[in-house]
Amino acid sequence: MNETIAPRETYGQALLKLGSKNPDIVVLDGDCSKATQTSLFAGEFPARFFNIGIAESDLVGTAAGLALAGKIPFVNAYANFLTGNAWDQIRISVSYANKNVKLIGHNSGASAGQEGPTHLPLEDISLMRSLPGMTVIEPADAIEVAKAVRALAGHVGQAYLRVGRMPTPVVTSEEDPFVIGKANVYRRGTEASILANGVMLSKAFAAADLLENEGISVDVINVHTVKPLDAECILEAAGRTGCIVTAEEHSVIGGLGSAVAELLVQNRPVPVRMVGVKDRFGLSGKMNELHEALGLTTEAIVSAVKSAIAAKG
Amino acid sequence: MEQHEKLNIEQLTDLCKKMRRQIVTMINKAGTGHPGGSLSAVEVMAVLFSSVMRINPAEPKWSGRDYFFLSKGHAAPVLYAALANRGFFPEEELLTLRQLGSRLHGHPSSECTPGVDMSSGALGQGLSVANGIGLAAKIDGSDQRAFVLIGDGELHEGQLWEAAMTSAHFRLDNVCAIIDSNRLCLDGPVEEVKSLGDLKAKYEAFGWHAVKIDGHDLQAVYEAFREAEMTKGRPTVIIADTVKGKGVSFMEEQVGWHGLAPNDEQLKTALEELK
Repeated sequence: MNETIAPRETYGQALLKLGSKNPDIVVLDGDCSKATQTSLFAGEFPARFFNIGIAESDLVGTAAGLALAGKIPFVNAYANFLTGNAWDQIRISVSYANKNVKLIGHNSGASAGQEGPTHLPLEDISLMRSLPGMTVIEPADAIEVAKAVRALAGHVGQAYLRVGRMPTPVVTSEEDPFVIGKANVYRRGTEASILANGVMLSKAFAAADLLENEGISVDVINVHTVKPLDAECILEAAGRTGCIVTAEEHSVIGGLGSAVAELLVQNRPVPVRMVGVKDRFGLSGKMNELHEALGLTTEAIVSAVKSAIAAKG
Repeated sequence: MEQHEKLNIEQLTDLCKKMRRQIVTMINKAGTGHPGGSLSAVEVMAVLFSSVMRINPAEPKWSGRDYFFLSKGHAAPVLYAALANRGFFPEEELLTLRQLGSRLHGHPSSECTPGVDMSSGALGQGLSVANGIGLAAKIDGSDQRAFVLIGDGELHEGQLWEAAMTSAHFRLDNVCAIIDSNRLCLDGPVEEVKSLGDLKAKYEAFGWHAVKIDGHDLQAVYEAFREAEMTKGRPTVIIADTVKGKGVSFMEEQVGWHGLAPNDEQLKTALEELK
């Protein structure tokens, strides 16, 4: 059993470390700095921390101004309110205006499950992915989120990063490379490729183990960057195994599954099955209960793999 | 930075007439655009770009510059006229407004037009961005300032009130907002569409220093900017009472000229009036 750590904890620590290395880093929060763990940065660098209050639109616009002046703003709010409430500000003042703003969507997926459907961001990746020039990252675990923070600080350009609230299994290691836009191939198989990100990567590993016991050999690939998508890696996998299963803690409309399908259907059409939330809102319950109820499970990945292999004909 | 002489009132008066001619001409050429809210803001923009802001046309992204944001992005023609006259790009280029391939889009784009620091067009967003500049200048101990032009109808947008609280909370005395109070929005008088109440009192209640002026009185506009500069510890808003379509008799106070291009005959009449 893997150790579990809350991604937000390593996020807050990574931001704190970054603060002492780079004086241009500024942090903005929308009255949730304890939940987002930006309170660590605020305590150490109060002059570079701005609590804008419960006002996501103003939060994003203020960050755009700071970026224009040469700062590197990390903007923190719950993912659904950040991408939903401030959509127009992200679209115009950040994306169209091409400002170096790092948007951090907290309580991602089902990680704040007991708050209920209003607080479950299941459409945020879809929204952010549709913006020209936006980098979109869904890290697998607490280790990868810290790497993503460091990578984004050194990457000039608009970006969206998801951060989970609850402890989730740590499945990557410090030594694994993290390059924006480069998927990490963890297992190489022959019959199908599982492309997963976020908390679903741990379930992809479990599914691969179960399938191996049945004599079915699969790839497990961590597609932490949904945009820009690692087309080379994905097309190679599709060519080699002949079918693809995607797994994401997000709606299947517009997220990783859609991005992969858009790529494959135009370049190397192979059977694709998508594990994700099927065109519905969430529920109110604990994260693990919601994963079961919404079909975000190891078993769902196993049966999707079998279905994809059968469809190869 | 280049030496730039501040203009006297006579020179400013001439510049305003020229800007008005440029505005109606470029919108006529484009066949679409927003003359009413561009003409109402001419004096404010003329004073700001010729005599208040520290900017460098030879180096638009000069790191020591003051910043301007056109929150009411549809008034792009008045911004383009101000920039062209200050030398950010050739005046002839104004005639390419809204044409495919032109650097002068229908609404301002920071990626296309020299001197434009922020894209705008979705109303309500400019003051937040100005606050970001204000905060950055405070971090850096810089005396740079941020100016933002907002429409009075635009004040229906909630983000402007979120941002008004932010400016006051962080004591951003380096932020100056100008309300182009021409009293008309797209559907009719602002007071009928949704009334704003006592704007000066509202801003004061939000912690701002508020100045109300005749927005077509060049001396008053200049002095209001001086007052904003001298006001410390809080942001300043200049509520400029203006006339929509100012300077062209048949456009003045007419809702219909919010977003309508003059035809050739109307342009001829307008230019005659603006001699």
